[in-house]
Amino acid sequence: MLTYTIRRLLLAIPTLLFISFVIFAVIKLSPSDPTANLPLTIPPEVREKIRESLGFNEPFIVQFFLWLKQLVVTEPKVWMNNAFGTEFEIGQRMISYQTRSPVLDLIVQRIPQTLWVVGTSYVVGVLIAVPIGIISAYKQYSVFDQIGTFIAMIGFSVPTFFTGVLMILFFSVNLGWFPSIYDTTHVVEDWSSFLFQVKQMIMPTMVLALFNAAQISRYMRSSMLDNLTQDYVRTARAKGLTEKTVVLVHVLRNSMIPVVTVIALNLPSVFGGALITEQVFQVNGLGQLLILAIQGGDVPTVQTVTVIFAVLIVLFNLIADVLYGVLDPRIRYD
Amino acid sequence: MSKLKTLLLATAASAVALTGAFAQERGRDGEVKIIYWQAPSILNPYLSGGTKDIESASMVVEPLARFNQDGELVPYLVDSIPTLENGGITADNKTVTWKITDGIKWSDGTPFTSADVAFTAEYCRHPEGGCAQSAKFDGIDKIETPDPLTVIIKYSEPKYVPYSAFVGGQSPIIQKAQFQECLGAKAPECTDANFGPIGTGPFVVTSFKPNDVITMKANENYREAGKPAFATVTFKGGGSAEASGRAVMETGEFDYGWNLQLAPSVIQEMAKGGKGTPISAFGTLIERIEMNMTDPSPSLPEGERATAKHPHPILSDEKVRRALSMAIDRPLLVEIGYGQAGRPACNLVNAPIAYKSDNTGCLVQDIEGAKKLLDEAGWAPGGDGIREKDGKKLKLSYQTSTNAVRQDFQAIIKQNWKDIGVDTELRNLSGSVFFGGDPASPDTFQKFYADVEMYANNFDGTDPEQYLTQYTCDKAPRPETGWQGENINRYCSAEYDKLAVELGRTGDPAKRQALAKKMNDMLTKDSMTIVPLVDRGRVSAHANSLGGVVLNTWDSELWNVADWHRKK
Amino acid sequence: MTDVTSKQEAMKSFTDLGTQQRSQIRDIWDQFTTHKGALIGSFVFFGILFAVVIGPWIWTLDPTFVDIRSRNQGVSFAHPFGTDQLGRDLFARMLEGGRVSIAVGLTAMLLSVILGAAVGVVAGFFQKLDGPLMRLTDLFLALPLLPLLLVIVTLFREPLAASFGPEGGIFILMVSAIGITSWMQTARIVRGDVLALKERDFVLAARSIGTPSRRMITRHVLPNVLSPIMVSATLGIANAIITESALSFLGLGFPPDFPTWGRLLFDAIPYMPQYPMWVVWPGVAISLTVLSVNYMGDGLRDALDPRQRSR
Repeated sequence: MLTYTIRRLLLAIPTLLFISFVIFAVIKLSPSDPTANLPLTIPPEVREKIRESLGFNEPFIVQFFLWLKQLVVTEPKVWMNNAFGTEFEIGQRMISYQTRSPVLDLIVQRIPQTLWVVGTSYVVGVLIAVPIGIISAYKQYSVFDQIGTFIAMIGFSVPTFFTGVLMILFFSVNLGWFPSIYDTTHVVEDWSSFLFQVKQMIMPTMVLALFNAAQISRYMRSSMLDNLTQDYVRTARAKGLTEKTVVLVHVLRNSMIPVVTVIALNLPSVFGGALITEQVFQVNGLGQLLILAIQGGDVPTVQTVTVIFAVLIVLFNLIADVLYGVLDPRIRYD
Repeated sequence: MSKLKTLLLATAASAVALTGAFAQERGRDGEVKIIYWQAPSILNPYLSGGTKDIESASMVVEPLARFNQDGELVPYLVDSIPTLENGGITADNKTVTWKITDGIKWSDGTPFTSADVAFTAEYCRHPEGGCAQSAKFDGIDKIETPDPLTVIIKYSEPKYVPYSAFVGGQSPIIQKAQFQECLGAKAPECTDANFGPIGTGPFVVTSFKPNDVITMKANENYREAGKPAFATVTFKGGGSAEASGRAVMETGEFDYGWNLQLAPSVIQEMAKGGKGTPISAFGTLIERIEMNMTDPSPSLPEGERATAKHPHPILSDEKVRRALSMAIDRPLLVEIGYGQAGRPACNLVNAPIAYKSDNTGCLVQDIEGAKKLLDEAGWAPGGDGIREKDGKKLKLSYQTSTNAVRQDFQAIIKQNWKDIGVDTELRNLSGSVFFGGDPASPDTFQKFYADVEMYANNFDGTDPEQYLTQYTCDKAPRPETGWQGENINRYCSAEYDKLAVELGRTGDPAKRQALAKKMNDMLTKDSMTIVPLVDRGRVSAHANSLGGVVLNTWDSELWNVADWHRKK
Repeated sequence: MTDVTSKQEAMKSFTDLGTQQRSQIRDIWDQFTTHKGALIGSFVFFGILFAVVIGPWIWTLDPTFVDIRSRNQGVSFAHPFGTDQLGRDLFARMLEGGRVSIAVGLTAMLLSVILGAAVGVVAGFFQKLDGPLMRLTDLFLALPLLPLLLVIVTLFREPLAASFGPEGGIFILMVSAIGITSWMQTARIVRGDVLALKERDFVLAARSIGTPSRRMITRHVLPNVLSPIMVSATLGIANAIITESALSFLGLGFPPDFPTWGRLLFDAIPYMPQYPMWVVWPGVAISLTVLSVNYMGDGLRDALDPRQRSR
């Protein structure tokens, strides 16, 4: 397994290079213009000057390699200088078109609120979904299962732009319990400020958690159902193992493969932020950064966020593959 | 804090004699919270140009003079507005002299001088800087600063309306000391300066998170004693107009919400929340339909499609265009889409009042008249109610950007046109694609691969010269110009081009107004190339407890934020 | 009880090969009809399908007809679902919108599930193809959705509209856009299951007697990964219906006056406090469709699983 992991990690480098090239091609092919959001009162000649000053009109390949150099050479140098006080010569850093500031700084700035809200919601989602999935499967067609199915399906089919606004109307406008707009400047330093943080996180987190839990619980349930009828379960029961051991150790372990896949697939998207939910509650995390960058034709930002996203995808899929082997030792890749 | 307080008290005390009012402490009203549903990306308006960036920066950096809510120029950092009468502008209209008010300080305590003003022009006019407002400085030959309080701007040609450089929110003065290392290609390297410009305005940036939130505090060196009333500002960006309106009027979390582009009934419902009040004002923004004068048919080869080589097969007929305009029920559009914040419009230049042509012919819908015109044009009703001529159906494609109000307008106008026998195929496009200038995209408004399209446009300040000269022949977007250009509908008239030149050479206000009206009429009621729909006002909302708000559409909406205060 | 039925199973395998096929389908059908959820689900689903297919011929009001005088009306005899802010009949819009939403939802879901399952099974089963196919999946997962969709529109809208007519072209474009951007999850999940399945005794046994790969996949692998595929399919419909409404904002979807459930829901959100029914109709329609498909999927899965069948 170790050699497999190392081989995969090495293979990841050319893979990621290729992926980032394709991403760059897609971004440059898609209609985008860094001056698209400016008022129409700004004349076309000025717009052209702006595009030129940003390097937007440079040849495609030049732009790609400049970006690559900035990502793998310039930015690590900046990081070293900040972390260890080294004094590397730094060239032009990677600059966002919209804010004319370093892209990586923007990303770092967005991470706290993204992890707070989207990360928490994911953890909550998994914590809700796994037990629901297990019980639903074990007691298939019980009242619990029916209600669980119902809520999960509603949770998945009703989009977050609807549940989010519904929650705001109910909890912020009518009851006045929670703020409708997330305060990213809030600092948690004591009990009361922590309480405020919890208050402002509740709504976006619940909206997202419901959506995530709906999906995971369905896979958990179906996978458990598949395994509950396998021969080994009968064998285990026949051996006189307690029902608890049978279900929670034997069946659960074997049912985790699809669930691990789904979680590994979705964890990178925690980093990608939750576009709509962030918009509804103005969490202004990475999702909002990415969408504004796309709308603003901000190629360096879109490219960097997407490529970091790609790194996480490749990494988590590798982790999932390794976990398969742990969950089911019969799985071999070599 | 106590140090600040004593300082504030001292300045406030000295102000009593001047104003005769109560000694009111600066920063007495605590925090004010402003929400813009578009988030500011940068606080240097020269590097962005987006409205959200200009307006948020306007609390920090100021121009020499601003437009007030009536579109009149008021001096800010100067003693008076230069005019021909007071000698500020020379008789040849080539030299303008601004006299800076003595004693104005930057927020860091250093004096504000003419060198800063001259530097601002240098900064924006640098060829590699990509300055978004460089058009404001067009025609300037040089700027002289004989003494720290005098700025002399010399134009190479007579400039009859020289109120663009250093005037209005788009062209504020930035500090030389802070930005002198940031010229040209180095501009983006000065992140700290771009995110926290030193200004003369009522507030100072304390932290800036791009595309998210700005916090500010009162400027200790602000020139007016006792102002601003608020000690701190939280300026949140992002979300939607709906969320902003809700936060101001229903939950009361914010004090001021910008530009609530929502259906009037939605705003009314929000106002019932009782925490805030919507306010509206009118400017120069006109929602219009532009008629494509060229043939956008996909059967034409790329490069000839939608160019002057092929006149539009249907819309080249003035009668058809007129009929289409007559069929539109403008008062209804206003009622559905804008309510109090809209007025039916027939003019491209509907304000200021001196430039407004007496053109009201389109205000009443005339279905029968429209039908008659189409009959005259040879379009006879077909079997399915759609008119035909030479076996061809009268069918138009109608595109606009994605926006709830615009989609409602499309549906209503489609219905209006159906009533006169015109079939319409609607399309909506993402705003960032539609208004983007990507020459490779078929969906930009410049390329105009549709028969008619709808959008809104306005002009900065109060003079429409630049706005009207957009419709000269040479400004049509076409392959040779990389599809850039402002003459979206490709209107082309030698007479109009002549008038445009003449307007640039005319100084007398009365003559300018007459010329502008003539040009406006040529585009609208004479040719119906541009079919104005609605004079779009601005709707914003403020908390009931927030006083001093005066909505201004001629300049930054936050132009008088120094006067804002908490109602007791 | 299990003993008895497993004997029956065993008996069946001895019966004539010709009748085996038929009796199996019959068996599945019998099991399906005893599944209460599946029956109700099918009933509701075909009810909705019937309504949106036949409905617009019976309820002949034009869904795009703007009747300003009768706007914002509540539920009435003339307008069973009321009217919207432009006086358009919401019942007609719901029926017309359902046609598009269900058509797009089902087609896009099928495309994405078939693509995903095929990639997943092949990658899981053939070791050599695993690497390349999974890296391809990584690539698709990483591609930024919005720019990708915009590229698809820019490149393909006009050629498709030219060859399939404007509406057919948009339909194909939309369905493929949704399908192409949503198959990856199914592929990863199916592959994970296949990897584990491949090492199970019955597969090893089948392989040892020289069963060809094609037969292995169709007889042994596919039936055993059916349940995650069913879950993906159910979730896929909901996803496709909602994504369709997001696409129309990019100018990728149908014309703006053309109603779909997703768009009706989105457009009604600002009016939620005033006219709550405007969000209720499309919201309920989408949820009901997804729920009914889910129960049908449950029933089908149970019916196809011989062990479940025997329970």
